[in-house]
Amino acid sequence: MKRLGKIYTWLIMGFLYIPIFVLIVYSFNESKSRSVFTGFTFKWYKELFSNRLILSSLGNTLLIALISSVLSTILGTAAAIGIQAMNKKARSVIMNITYLPIIDPEIVTGVSLMLLFVYLRTHLHIPLEMGLITLSLAHITFNVPYVILNVIPKLRQLDQSVYEAALDLGCNPTQAFAKVVIPEIMPGIISGFLMAFTYSLDDFIISYFVSGPTSQTLPVTIYSMTRKKVSPEINALSTIIFIVVLAVLVMINLYDARQTKKKQARISQSF
Amino acid sequence: MNRKLRAVMTAAIAAGIAAAPLPSVSALEVPDPGYYDALKGQNISLNVYNWGEYISDGSEGSVDVNAEFEKLTGIKVNYTTFATNEELYAKLQSGAVNYDIIIPSDYMIARMIREGLVQKLDLSQIPALSNIDPDYMNAAFDPTGEYSVPYTWGTVGIIYNTTKITEPVDSWEILWDEKYKGDILMFSNPRDALMIAEKKLGYSMNTSDENEIRAAFEELKAQKPLVQSYVMDEIFDKMGSGEAAVAPYYAGDAITMIDDNPDLAFVSPKEGTNTFIDSICIPADAANVQAAHMYINFLCEPEVAAANIEAIGYSTPNTAAFALLDEETQNSPISYPSQEIMDKAETFLVLPDETNALIDQLWTSLLSTSASADEKKEQGGGFSPVWIVLIVALGVLLVLVGKKKKQKTDAAGVPEEEEEEEEEYEDDEEDNNQDDDVK
Amino acid sequence: MRKAVAAPYLVWMAIFIVVPLGLIVLFAFTDSSGAFTLDNIAQVGQYAGVIWRSILLSAISTVICLVLAYPLAFIISRKQENQQRTFLMLVMLPMWMNFLLRTYAWMTLLEKTGLINRLLGLIGLGPFQMINTQGAVVLGMVYNYIPYMILPLYSVMVKIEPHIIEAAQDLGADNISVLWKVLIPLSKSGIVTGITMVFVPAASTFIISKMLGGGTNLMVGDLIEMQFLGNAYNPNLGSAISLLLMILILICMFVMKSIDTEEEMEGMLL
Repeated sequence: MKRLGKIYTWLIMGFLYIPIFVLIVYSFNESKSRSVFTGFTFKWYKELFSNRLILSSLGNTLLIALISSVLSTILGTAAAIGIQAMNKKARSVIMNITYLPIIDPEIVTGVSLMLLFVYLRTHLHIPLEMGLITLSLAHITFNVPYVILNVIPKLRQLDQSVYEAALDLGCNPTQAFAKVVIPEIMPGIISGFLMAFTYSLDDFIISYFVSGPTSQTLPVTIYSMTRKKVSPEINALSTIIFIVVLAVLVMINLYDARQTKKKQARISQSF
Repeated sequence: MNRKLRAVMTAAIAAGIAAAPLPSVSALEVPDPGYYDALKGQNISLNVYNWGEYISDGSEGSVDVNAEFEKLTGIKVNYTTFATNEELYAKLQSGAVNYDIIIPSDYMIARMIREGLVQKLDLSQIPALSNIDPDYMNAAFDPTGEYSVPYTWGTVGIIYNTTKITEPVDSWEILWDEKYKGDILMFSNPRDALMIAEKKLGYSMNTSDENEIRAAFEELKAQKPLVQSYVMDEIFDKMGSGEAAVAPYYAGDAITMIDDNPDLAFVSPKEGTNTFIDSICIPADAANVQAAHMYINFLCEPEVAAANIEAIGYSTPNTAAFALLDEETQNSPISYPSQEIMDKAETFLVLPDETNALIDQLWTSLLSTSASADEKKEQGGGFSPVWIVLIVALGVLLVLVGKKKKQKTDAAGVPEEEEEEEEEYEDDEEDNNQDDDVK
Repeated sequence: MRKAVAAPYLVWMAIFIVVPLGLIVLFAFTDSSGAFTLDNIAQVGQYAGVIWRSILLSAISTVICLVLAYPLAFIISRKQENQQRTFLMLVMLPMWMNFLLRTYAWMTLLEKTGLINRLLGLIGLGPFQMINTQGAVVLGMVYNYIPYMILPLYSVMVKIEPHIIEAAQDLGADNISVLWKVLIPLSKSGIVTGITMVFVPAASTFIISKMLGGGTNLMVGDLIEMQFLGNAYNPNLGSAISLLLMILILICMFVMKSIDTEEEMEGMLL
């Protein structure tokens, strides 16, 4: 039975990884063919690095991810705190609306935001060009709900009496807030921030509808690359992304492993 | 912290990449560089919207025309591409972006002139216009010649793999041949696809007769089970690798494909085909009109036009550029077809609005039918039962949920429900779990 | 007073969530000149085939994901902790790679001249038509979304103590009963979450059907995209279809929620 389990696991893992490995292998292919390997070369990587469009898209993607995750974290945390203090009815209405970007298919969110920006442009004559600004606004919109969802449980777990104790000890509400509440909910804020950053980096559908010629994000650029003459530059790009993600995840893993060991060491020490 | 690390690392790599120097040798000469100095140093950028694979972009050793323009004028070029005229039209109509330069085809230009989407050009700002062959100016789609400057022209024909199709190919009928089921590609845009069906049936490609158009779409529907895929530029890859055996496409691209894969051949069908002119226009709401004129002028310069044509393979309306091409290209029957073929060729004219709407509708419906067409589901008009079923289902569910909600409130109070909802949608990043364990 | 802190968000919410959806409703019920019309809604009825196909294909993909992911999640949850971490990392890695690239990878494999057919050709098996079929679209959906099914299932199963299963076995249950009567009920919330996270994106995708379906198997997402940025510009019809899609998904959400009201919320990873 255990054997079966092992075989099964490796089958599924194979299913997940074989296409990626094929991409990686053919990024070194001499010819443009995606199935016949003719020779080993690094030239596609060189072409990739001199492809201005991809580099600028990468820069845009990182910039927008950073801006939107920072702003949505601030907005979302403030929102979570405020929502927590509301009465049940208001809270449930607001939370239901907050869920909409999460439940909605991305294409509906993307299309609705596009309509909004066009409307602002044509009817209210706000000079809003599809570009960095609209992308940031859109990304913040779909990120804030995730931040709120990460912070609210932490707020719930918070012990109200600690806050009151701080007030009793002479802090004014703002100080009490900064020194007591914020540190307690910090894990929620951080995980919300990270989630927002990740979603922003990988978003395609919503970005597709609200991006413009001045700043495309990497996924949008990749999409337009797949519609043209195919170049193994795409394979090279995939390989690089894969290596970066692998490195990050391995580091996270090692960090967590070390933390767990430390925890266990501490526990055994205390006996 | 862990994903921040990822961001930092990626940023570091990107910074390293961005620091890599770009070559700075100017590869194109223009007769009057002084003309291009007018807007230097003003930090202007141009939004250019062109077909895919339609400019010399520096790949495979060619000249990067946009980079050359930037070097010459100090104007930054934001170059993006579209796959079909209809996509260009949708983008323009949606009002979402201000483009400064667009390069539509003849019929689309006529439509845009009619709808006021493009502006009149100041031809005095385009001295290089003199290089363009007068035969291509003042064509039917732009009779006064004030709205567009020709960029390329060409014909549509059939590209096929000679190792897979050994019989002689001379007619559009081959695209309906059962022998090649699953190996046939078709245009993924309505007018080109419709043109082929109309030519096969002997109609004009500019007909607005509803019956003829519907008949042509019936042909396309009959063809659908044989079609491997509806493509535009994806065709390069599919014909090049031998994935498909036959496809209709533009002559210029055929030349590129044949260069890459000598097994391919191009033929102009006997029923006649479409000949097109793609011209450069400035949209009505362009932001940088003077810079746009400069760009148009640049594209008309002999060396620039020649570089573009060499890279993309299409036919040039620019006599000065033509003179710079090598003999083989000048005499190529694919790029510069015989008079016989040109006589049988028609150019697209703009169609009336109702016809366009009909074509849009039939096109969407064509692509939506599954290959084993389920005719019953396509009955149009009136409230379809789908909506009735949905409304009933919604009602039933609301009642059910209402009941359940009541039960829960009686049992445990409202907050539980919210808790459910939130945690239901909280996401699945395992790292969060680990982070929290750790912290 | 603290409530006021949420004010910026409330304004944001109104502008960027409520108004856009309102615009969709507005566009769905008007025509290009702005007059009220029910034409668009009626036209949507014509595309019932496409909508049905999208739902069917995404339902099939969801079921396949569930069946494939369930054993895997269970196996991982029974491993030692550091092994669990490694496997989770391996599951998540493809998720972090760009979605388009993952779909593109399958394109290269499934083509007639692609790797799979070439390898099969070595054994003498004829080239199979794999790409540009509905099967390819389902495969693409399963491939892209299976990690989103594995993770919620795992997070629920890891909380199921081993001794519960041992107890059931001690009481004489065979494996099938253990599965049916113990595991599945306990992991219900994970199943529901997983289904939600796979079905919704699968039903509304447009990339997978474009890249692997060859434009011959349009899905709802393609249809909507065509009306806004594609070859058949009609934002009113596009909005009507989007509205329908939204309603469908909301209905599915209701169904999911009503199935899950009895269980404790364990489907999540916090």
